[in-house]
Order: sequence, then C-alpha cells, then structure tokens
Amino acid sequence: MFLAKINVTLRTSILDPQGKAVQHAIETLGMEGVREVRMGKYIEMKIDSGDRAEAERVAGEACRRLLANPVMENFDYTLEKI
Amino acid sequence: MERYRKTEIGLPVNGAPRKFGVVVFPGSNCDHDAYHVLKEIFRQDVRFLWHKETSLQGVDAVILPGGFSYGDYLRCGAIARFSPIMKEVIGFANAGGMVIGICNGFQILCEAGLLPGSLLRNARLSFACDYVRIRVENAGTAFTSASREGDVMKIPIAHGDGNYFADQETLDRLERNRQVVFRYCDAQGSVTEGANPNGSLRNIAGIVNEQGNVMGMMPHPERASDPTLGETDGAAVFISAIGHLIKTGQMKHATIS
Repeated sequence: MFLAKINVTLRTSILDPQGKAVQHAIETLGMEGVREVRMGKYIEMKIDSGDRAEAERVAGEACRRLLANPVMENFDYTLEKI
Repeated sequence: MERYRKTEIGLPVNGAPRKFGVVVFPGSNCDHDAYHVLKEIFRQDVRFLWHKETSLQGVDAVILPGGFSYGDYLRCGAIARFSPIMKEVIGFANAGGMVIGICNGFQILCEAGLLPGSLLRNARLSFACDYVRIRVENAGTAFTSASREGDVMKIPIAHGDGNYFADQETLDRLERNRQVVFRYCDAQGSVTEGANPNGSLRNIAGIVNEQGNVMGMMPHPERASDPTLGETDGAAVFISAIGHLIKTGQMKHATIS
C-alpha cells in the first residue's frame, strides 16, 4: 500500500484573490514580512499496490484526469510505502 | 442617439415543439427553472435527464442547468463531468447537437473540454447574486439569432465561481473566431471594469465552441424569461435556440454565421 501526498497549486499566471485576502489577514495580526500567499489543495490518497511504478501511474492519472485542472493548476506528489 | 436597443421578443415561439432534455445532477437546483420556462413559456417538449442515465432520449437540445452539482467538491463541475450521461452529451455535442450550459452547466462544459477555459473564484471572493447587464457580442450564433449585436440584456447572476479564465492564446482565438457571445456591460452597453461582477477576463459572460453548437453562459436566462417574474430579456436565448432548431431540423452541423 502506498500513500500519495498530492499538492494541487494554481499556475503562477493565475490571480489568487483568496491568497491575497489571507495575506492581508496575516498583516492585520501584526505580523510583518509575509510577502505573498498562494492557496492550493493538499490531497492524500491511499493506493492499493505493492509496485511503486504502478502506484506512480495511478497517482499521476488521478491528478491528470481529475484532481488538477491543467487550465489553471499544477500538481506534484510524493509516494511513501505504508 | 440610441446607444443600444433592447431585444423585442414576442412570446411564445411558433412552430412545432422541439425536444429539450434538462440534465439533473445531484446538487443541480436550476433544473426546474429551465424546465418550467421551456414547457410553460415556450411550449416545448421538455424532459429531465437524470445524470446516471445513458440515453439522451432523442432530444434536439441538451441543457446543463445551474446549481451546485456534487456540492462544487474539488472544483465546480469537476465531478459532474464524469457522470454517465456526460458520455452521451459529449458524443451528442461532437456530432453537432445543441448544448446550452448555464452557470454550473458552463462550468461543467469547461471541465469536460467542450468549451475552452475555466471558471475561477470571483475576483471579489463574495458570491454575486444580482441583476447584471450583458451585451450581445455575436448575433450570428444559434443562441443569439433572435437578438441584434449590441443588444443589452438585463439578467440575473448567482455564482461564487464565475470568473472566466483562459490563457492569452485561447482568448485571442475566441475573439478572432467570434466565439464570445456575451460580455458584461453597463446599462448603456459599455463594456467596463465596473460592469464586471466577477473579474472575468475581457468581461466574458458567455461563449460558444468553434462549431457554434455548444454555448456556456454564467448568467441565468431561464430566470429572465417568465413575464410573471418581471424580466424577460433572457427569453431571447431560448427563442433563438428554438428558432434555430426549427430552421435546421435536427441540428447536425451548426456553424457560426
């Protein structure tokens, strides 16, 4: 069994008003030095396979077909055996 | 000098009723609105198509209605696009069949790749529930043939993720091909930043695909078609579509004129 830890992030060309709102909120907390905030998604997926290559294939396909929309998102993931 | 002209449409539409299918996903909530106006106002043959069905029942046109299919989980329309009925809808669209996606329907069409681009979270982050004005940019489509270019329609929006995005190349191509159908504008028909309720690039409110048979729009024409509710500018979309279906028989290869 593998655990895929997936990050889905906005492409850099996409404006992120949510991130901006969060950045302003951090500033109102009195914290300085936070220059930019971008919001993304973190997804965990357990893949039932003993073969790492197969688990890679499954994780990649899930990301490409559903978890990330290539028009505005990038993805990356790590796999750990559990 | 008249800067714009309102569409003057008589209701209802003449001609033999066409068959419309309104797809219902779990979470769709504008399906009944679309069904109601098509049946009661425009006197068309309408039926609901449950998302799990695998047949379009020979309809002439498919409506993907507004709502929150699958709770907008993951991304708006991201899961609905994989519903069993969508295989039929995609095949139907690729064969030239007429498809209208309203609000969540527009989002689903983009996720399914039937329309380019994507709908992001509104730039101002708040859910926009208001009347807006949209300008008819191309009156040569199957969905605007009863309108005139420059017509201003008063029409409601209700969305949190209506911010149309596509990359530069796609946007230029949409403009070049005249695929932009509606743009947000002010009451005088001027396309301004102030008139843009959600940050959509180039104030885009609705587009068609290259073939001209699939349209997506964020505003709700089905909520501006019934005189009882007060606004009827949205009727032009349905009247155009019905007129087009009547004119072309079973719509096979629609083209943008």
